[in-house]
Amino acid sequence: MTPLLQLSGVAKQFGGLSALTDVSLHINAGEIYGLIGPNGAGKTTLFNVITGLYQANGGEFRFNGKRYQTPKPHLLAQAGIARTFQNIRLFANLTALENVLIGRHARTQAGVFGALLRNQATRNEESDSSARARELLRYVGISKPSHTLAKHLSYGEQRRLEIARALATEPLLLALDEPAAGMNATETESLKVLLQDIRSTGVTVMLIEHDVKLIMGLCDRVAVLDYGRKIAEGAPDDVRNNPAVIAAYIGADDEA
Amino acid sequence: MKKYNFSKQHVLNGLLLVSVLLLPFVTDALLGRGWVRIVDFAMLYIMLALGLNIVVGYAGLLDLGYIAFFAVGAYCYALTGSPHLATAFPLLFPDGLHLSFWIVLPLAALLAGGFGVLLGAPTLRLRGDYLAIVTLGFGEIIRIFMNNLNAPVNFTNGPQGISRIDPISVAGVSLNSTQQVMGVTLPSVHLYFYLFLSFAALVVFVSHRLEKSRIGRAWMAIREDEIAASAMGINTRNLKLLAFAMGAMFGGVSGTLFAGFQGFVSPESFSLMESIMVLCMVVLGGMGNIYGVILGGLLLALLPEVLRHSVVPLQQALFGKTLIDPESLRMLLFGVALIVVMLYRPAGLWPSRVRRRELATDEAEPSV
Repeated sequence: MTPLLQLSGVAKQFGGLSALTDVSLHINAGEIYGLIGPNGAGKTTLFNVITGLYQANGGEFRFNGKRYQTPKPHLLAQAGIARTFQNIRLFANLTALENVLIGRHARTQAGVFGALLRNQATRNEESDSSARARELLRYVGISKPSHTLAKHLSYGEQRRLEIARALATEPLLLALDEPAAGMNATETESLKVLLQDIRSTGVTVMLIEHDVKLIMGLCDRVAVLDYGRKIAEGAPDDVRNNPAVIAAYIGADDEA
Repeated sequence: MKKYNFSKQHVLNGLLLVSVLLLPFVTDALLGRGWVRIVDFAMLYIMLALGLNIVVGYAGLLDLGYIAFFAVGAYCYALTGSPHLATAFPLLFPDGLHLSFWIVLPLAALLAGGFGVLLGAPTLRLRGDYLAIVTLGFGEIIRIFMNNLNAPVNFTNGPQGISRIDPISVAGVSLNSTQQVMGVTLPSVHLYFYLFLSFAALVVFVSHRLEKSRIGRAWMAIREDEIAASAMGINTRNLKLLAFAMGAMFGGVSGTLFAGFQGFVSPESFSLMESIMVLCMVVLGGMGNIYGVILGGLLLALLPEVLRHSVVPLQQALFGKTLIDPESLRMLLFGVALIVVMLYRPAGLWPSRVRRRELATDEAEPSV
């Protein structure tokens, strides 16, 4: 089976700084894939390369059987990669419902003429989008009215709204950048349940996370980055016992 | 129960419609014919402000050169609907080109839209202050072109402007004449009022439909967070260009109407101050809210005229002489008004719907 996402020899430099060096990894359809590493290891850079926000300086990028030379975020979103952001980036002055409706953009058609004429096709599309969006809001567990402004939701709900908005794009791969950041133990636990449920609907999940407990309890496979290189990959238990990973996290013997 | 709600809304709308339709007659009776003309201009400003609202209010792209599209529309009709081209190309058009207004209108709208894309394309990566400076430059370039394109071939007649532009006619009836309709006398300014009113209504309709559509939501997503918008699959480049083009088209239509109404255009009408005026209408009224923008347009278009007509008589009555020139007082009051509104109502006099809707219940949302 070919993997859903395959990176080979990806590199990314910012000026003279090498943020990623020769990173190769693949994510299989239907799995939950974790990306961990110490601060500054290049996790977010890799994440931004995968979602098209950064263009890699070298290497090959394949998603769903197609090779992308210079992947643009909106093209990847249309192809089926949806993401959330480490520091929440909702459309703050729009309502929760509108945030999710905007997620439907790539899966709907109506253009200017559709908007002006509001013909049957456009009306159907709008009511369909609206129904799906409300369903997603319920699904991720946002109890506040759908016309609440995104900025007035609680922190945990904002994180969930980002997930709902990403799911509205009907992704094949859902990429989450530190979804549990700032959450308490209860919230993290319910996030874990939600992510497992999302995976059970056939969506592949990839996440960066600092909460090692969450990663170990959730992921099928984990990759570890350090100084822009992948130093380990495999099942959570194997990775945990890998000497290179231990060295990266708590320092090598001579430094300790 | 929905029916009662509905009929109440209908009564209110009906009353509003009747009062707007009677507006020129009331104005004429109370204030005189000159004021009807001022109201006509206010309608043009409302159209301009609504066009700019698409660019600034919806898509969040600060445009300080918007009046350029108004100029493009106005010059389109000035060139093709007046004897002027006879001076530039005497052999080709011995009497000038006198195209019908209704042929020029869609062409002018398209041309203005094209200019919108022309402005949008190089500024795609710019936001905020930087975008403002480039658009400001663009507005000035258009004006300076109009000012100087009288040599070597006299295209625009330079600073003297183009005069004797054909009046607009509707169904063969020239609007520059007094008409009798069912015993009611309609002078020219009244006729133009109704023409402008229908165009303004059309612009309101288009704005409203766009706002509540997939396209409108994508614009607002770009305004709120461009990176998040692109992560949602929105092609930010195309949608920004679309916003520039749509806004420019409204400006072009408004400019064409202006040229037909005024019968004369010159570069003076398209200065930076005009761009700023239209932007102030949008910001003061309430960015992103159609009704707020209409209110802003109406207020700022009428305020200078009210001052012009009241300041001098007032000073004469009080001091026996004119101490302050109404024109300078206008800028003073205008500046004070802006500062006060920005301090106490930063979202504008009539802010966008979202804030009010938040207070309503979930069920109140209309199902499509």
